[in-house]
Amino acid sequence: MSARPVAIVGVGQTHHKSRRLDVSFGGLVREAVFRALDDAQMTMADIDAVVLGKAPDLFEGVMKPELYLSDALGAVGKPMFRVHTAGSVGGTTGIVAASHIQAGKHRRVLAVAFEKQSEGNAQFALGSGKGGSLGAGGAFAPFIRAYIHRSRAPEHIGWKVAVKDRLNALKNPYAHLKIADISIEKVKASPMMWEPIRFLESCPSSDGACAVVLTDEAGGNEAAAAGRPPAWILGTSSRSEPPSFPGRDPVRPAAAIQCSDDIYAQAGITDPRRQIDTAELYVPFSWHEAIWLEAHGLADEGDGWKLIDDGTTALDGSLPINPSGGVLSSNPIGASGLLRFAEAANQVRGAAGEHQVDGAKVAIAQAYGANSQYFSMWAVASSLQPFD
Amino acid sequence: MTSRDIAVVGWAHTPLVRHTEQSETRMLMDVITAAITPLGLTRADIDFTCLGSCDYITGQAFSFVSNLDAIGAWPPKRDSHVEMDGAWALYEAWLRLQEGDIEIAVVTGSGRSSTGDPSLIYPMEMDPYFLAPLGADPVTFAALQARALIDAGIASERAMAEVAVRSRGKGDVDTLLAGDYVREPLRRHDLPPITDGAAAMVLAVGDRARHLVEHPAYITGFDHRTECHNPSFRSLTDSPSTRIAAAAAGRGDGPIEVAELQAAFTHEELLLRSVLELGDDVVVNASGGALAANPIMASGLCRIGHAADHILGGGHRALAHSTSGPCLQQNLICILEGTPAEMTA
Repeated sequence: MSARPVAIVGVGQTHHKSRRLDVSFGGLVREAVFRALDDAQMTMADIDAVVLGKAPDLFEGVMKPELYLSDALGAVGKPMFRVHTAGSVGGTTGIVAASHIQAGKHRRVLAVAFEKQSEGNAQFALGSGKGGSLGAGGAFAPFIRAYIHRSRAPEHIGWKVAVKDRLNALKNPYAHLKIADISIEKVKASPMMWEPIRFLESCPSSDGACAVVLTDEAGGNEAAAAGRPPAWILGTSSRSEPPSFPGRDPVRPAAAIQCSDDIYAQAGITDPRRQIDTAELYVPFSWHEAIWLEAHGLADEGDGWKLIDDGTTALDGSLPINPSGGVLSSNPIGASGLLRFAEAANQVRGAAGEHQVDGAKVAIAQAYGANSQYFSMWAVASSLQPFD
Repeated sequence: MTSRDIAVVGWAHTPLVRHTEQSETRMLMDVITAAITPLGLTRADIDFTCLGSCDYITGQAFSFVSNLDAIGAWPPKRDSHVEMDGAWALYEAWLRLQEGDIEIAVVTGSGRSSTGDPSLIYPMEMDPYFLAPLGADPVTFAALQARALIDAGIASERAMAEVAVRSRGKGDVDTLLAGDYVREPLRRHDLPPITDGAAAMVLAVGDRARHLVEHPAYITGFDHRTECHNPSFRSLTDSPSTRIAAAAAGRGDGPIEVAELQAAFTHEELLLRSVLELGDDVVVNASGGALAANPIMASGLCRIGHAADHILGGGHRALAHSTSGPCLQQNLICILEGTPAEMTA
């Protein structure tokens, strides 16, 4: 790629909760933005352009809220761009922000994503207000059943993912769900929602925001010289596929496979399992961890569940997945993708705090949306040539 | 390849009508085919797609998802979607092509305004705490701006009627001025029509563009800016975001022959002409503009399309404008030229 290098020099997020009644929409996004700007040692005046992502406006009942948020985001007099690619939107927000720098159009870009789900009824909006909405769990349960059927995975795999991500969340000060006494028994005893997904294997509905400051090669080098290690983007990609036709496989989506193949090619990753130190993958329901491990080449087809069973994907394993606690622990839908991208960046910056993966140098992040159709990913590293 | 070597090589729009029974996906199916077929391209040649549409216009969350059927996303495509006019989808594609690894992008804008009530929908794009509860519709906010422009001497009811007559190519000013106000000082002729429609545009880089058409419409400048949201906190007789975007896009680097402005209300054209310093020598909205047909979410992309037509037909320099938000809150300027800038230099 002839595109210019991009560095992530600031990351911020809100404390995610079911209801952030203490803040307005503007207050919510500013909480994340100021943390990201502080992290980057910048102010709003340093930012050249803002990219805002969120899932359907029907979630909150505010149409094109970036118009109203222009003031709160310090965007007056600047470009303000709005992305919406379903659940993958947070990831796409990061990718489009990076594109502004890769194209040489701007030097410092602020990516912001949020959802304030308590303002409306997400389940209602997911079904477009039409009756009989199954919600996301109802839509994805058949894919999970198909995965289990094909891989012959034992039923406790989903419970193990739930326990792992909830334990990781206890180490993340911003996580929404903190269940200190989480255990396999507790997950197993929780109500069945959509066979085989139980309540504690499901994501919450959160209010929250995430912000990332991206800059060019010079900006990244300046941050590094000042003792604030940046995360360097090695590759970005998005892929979409149509809603429904006999040729598509939602258990192993072609768009997911091509999306990771694309970032691996850009990043020079030929052996993902060995070269990637940690990954933040969009896992709204426990079993998706196994599904994405396989789709993204981190495990052979049919073997993803084994990496969960043997502890490989635990925080102290050799390939920790979702050290932040993931979507299972915090899910402001429109921001969930950018949270994955931001957490991956923090891992390679060595800035992940208590849920830091020791020595992480290369990380990938993924977000997906709609009926497993929209995929966005990036690969980040502690340097531009991490494999030399 | 340089950032100045990306060109519009073709575009198409559906019939722009008061109401269609076709779904948005169906409209996009036809209009993408209409844009790529004359170029000898198929959907397999498209490296990147970016669609612009709005859930609230469609009345459904995730409304754009089914539009993936129209782009033929199998095998899966590099793809994005903006909750903005297709003009901004073009902006994202223009950035994406500058990364240098791909050659052809298709962008769309689509919307069916006829299925909803604008006076109920648009208040929901206002500040949810202070403005949305007022329930004021776009015509009300536009009337406030028209009044300010008349008071400032930038517009007059007669000049506004003249814009309407010229844009629609029918009626006479005196008859129009005898009509009743909808919201004083706006009369029915000052308002845009409700229009269903979609547009699709093809972008290509470098030699690929030159092989596809004789006169590619090179995008030599592209910028957009936003302003403070609340109309009562800004001067309604100016459009600083338009001015900044125009300067950043290089509006002043040479004479403009043709301008297409997304002025849905007559007074907006008068303000934009004044801010962009477009004299009588510039042909403005020869297409009829948004006053003749206003397919929401495609209206701005149509402006860029009509400006591109001037270059594709052998013209030298054209300007296109798109806008979003109350009283021209957010504005985009695209400069199209017959030669990529470094070749002129």
